[in-house]
Amino acid sequence: MAGTPKKTNISRRGFLSSAVAGSAALVAGSNPLQAANPENMAPNVPDWSRYLGAGVAEQPYGMPSEFEKQVIRRNVPWLTASTESSVSFTPIHELDGIITPNGVCFERHHAGIAMVDPADHRLMINGLVDKPMMFTMEDLKRFPRVNKIFFLECAANSGMEWRGAQLNGCQFTQGMVHCVEYTGVPLKYILEEAGVKTNAKWLMPEGADAAAMNRSLPLEKALDDCLVAFKMNGEALRPEQGYPLRLVVPGWEGNLWIKWLRRIEVGDMPWQAREETSKYTDLMEDGTSRRFTWVMDAKSVITSPSPQAPITHKKGHTVISGLAWSGRGLIDYVDITLDGGKNWRRARIDGLRLPKALHRFYYEFDWDGSPLLLQSRAVDETGYVQPTKDELRTVRGTSSIYHNNGIQTWHVQENGQVENVEIS
Amino acid sequence: MLKFLKPALIALGLFAVIATPVVAGKLGIGREATPAEIKGWDIDVRPDGQGLPEGKGTVETGEELFQEKCAACHGEFAEGVDRWPVLAGGQDTLDSDRPVKTVGSYWPYLSTAYDYIFRAMPFGDAQSLSPDEVYALLAYILNMNDLVDDDFELSKSNFLTVRLPNEKNFIDDPRPDTPILAQKKPCMENCKTTVEITGRARIVDVTPDGEKGSN
Repeated sequence: MAGTPKKTNISRRGFLSSAVAGSAALVAGSNPLQAANPENMAPNVPDWSRYLGAGVAEQPYGMPSEFEKQVIRRNVPWLTASTESSVSFTPIHELDGIITPNGVCFERHHAGIAMVDPADHRLMINGLVDKPMMFTMEDLKRFPRVNKIFFLECAANSGMEWRGAQLNGCQFTQGMVHCVEYTGVPLKYILEEAGVKTNAKWLMPEGADAAAMNRSLPLEKALDDCLVAFKMNGEALRPEQGYPLRLVVPGWEGNLWIKWLRRIEVGDMPWQAREETSKYTDLMEDGTSRRFTWVMDAKSVITSPSPQAPITHKKGHTVISGLAWSGRGLIDYVDITLDGGKNWRRARIDGLRLPKALHRFYYEFDWDGSPLLLQSRAVDETGYVQPTKDELRTVRGTSSIYHNNGIQTWHVQENGQVENVEIS
Repeated sequence: MLKFLKPALIALGLFAVIATPVVAGKLGIGREATPAEIKGWDIDVRPDGQGLPEGKGTVETGEELFQEKCAACHGEFAEGVDRWPVLAGGQDTLDSDRPVKTVGSYWPYLSTAYDYIFRAMPFGDAQSLSPDEVYALLAYILNMNDLVDDDFELSKSNFLTVRLPNEKNFIDDPRPDTPILAQKKPCMENCKTTVEITGRARIVDVTPDGEKGSN
């Protein structure tokens, strides 16, 4: 080889400053602006413009740029007793559009990530059926399949905020949500093979993990729009999302979307499983509890600016970006306020608008550099209006943990830093 | 010609997008599950007793087993260790500011505990307990909640006689429980005269290790 072509060396300084910027954004009062390396600035010519980059297939499975290391799932260690029964959060403050990349979809496991060999995985259908059935993964791929984009939100998303503003970052306050395209088989086709008996009313999907996660699901919902999915965003489900098979229950709380799905029993009454009695029930102030609170009400949040994504450009033209979604269908519109709810204006929903999927909204304005109290409020196609946190507390108290879809307030300070606040 | 074709093609395109596959009847995919396969995997237990296996266990044997297999996380008296679940106590706390949800104070059905313990416990060694062991552990947990006497024995035959006190306090989902559009149109202009910050996020250590510095 005539002369060894020099490969681009990603400068250590550039990498470090990017990583530091990522963490600095979490610390109030620091400036997250990246310091540019003058050697890479015009009129100089940076290394990447001069020398060859890496060849094809250097990374057989591609990963994001080294400068995006801060775009990761994070957990809150004090929240749970062990990481095997815990949750990590989607970095929604770093994402745009409506599709969540597979590698940063939030996780919720009850007994760790089951590593399942698809050759050894089976889906059993039993109970009130004409013929109990067993399906291999190959069998399932012979059914007619569909592609659908849905959000998945944990019922406990924003659950730490019932008693007041707690965490600085929408990754932590609203990040138990993701939205991907699923490829799978309508559950009704699979049930049809077994022949559901006429007295059947409920299903009990069950996981193959060491929690054997189980929930009761009304047959009506299963026949309406549930899927048994094996792909997300075009590739196989990630292990942490239930590889090789998961249930998709559009618009309903994430706990029902059984991962590593191994069995569905058909029955005539609910099972009252642990995750629908001791958990995922909503305790009211008077000591009563709501059960089977499946649907995820309309919700929205401004993802940028937010505590982890401050305004770094000082005053001037500014883009507000956010997410809205409803378990009841489409989002009709999103309004935003800059002044803590004195005046509201319509945001612009951009990109795909699909029922029970994330919607992306924007609002552009000329920021004069004065403090802001930002909120967003979503209204869905059924006329459901996203309530304030105080409206929810008035009805439910502060012990219910689940289904907190209240309006989020971000306080943008003059220096562009953002904090999670509650307002009158 | 083109003018004529265009709307037709658009119509066809839309049809292709919204059409779902039509399946009429069975496709003959999969095979019948065998009784042995079903027996191995059909582990669920319902409030009406469906799924309960034969077996029995006393408070006394349950206590011994609990110390060996459960107490490391749940405490000797089912009071819970660190952030692991508390299984006993908490009666009369549900309407308080700090509710304690345990099998005795909160869970509506004993069958839930049977179902859950066998399928998921001990944490990290699931589906390892015998029916007698699960009955015994339940007897001990009931005893720690002051719901049965020290000499109690739980079995398949007396299982349905045990009712948990909080069963009647579960209600169906009444949502939407805040004003919807038809009841109250959201305000758009001059909605408030003043706005005050009433609370700020507490400074908590949410920054995971590895985030401080260079990863």
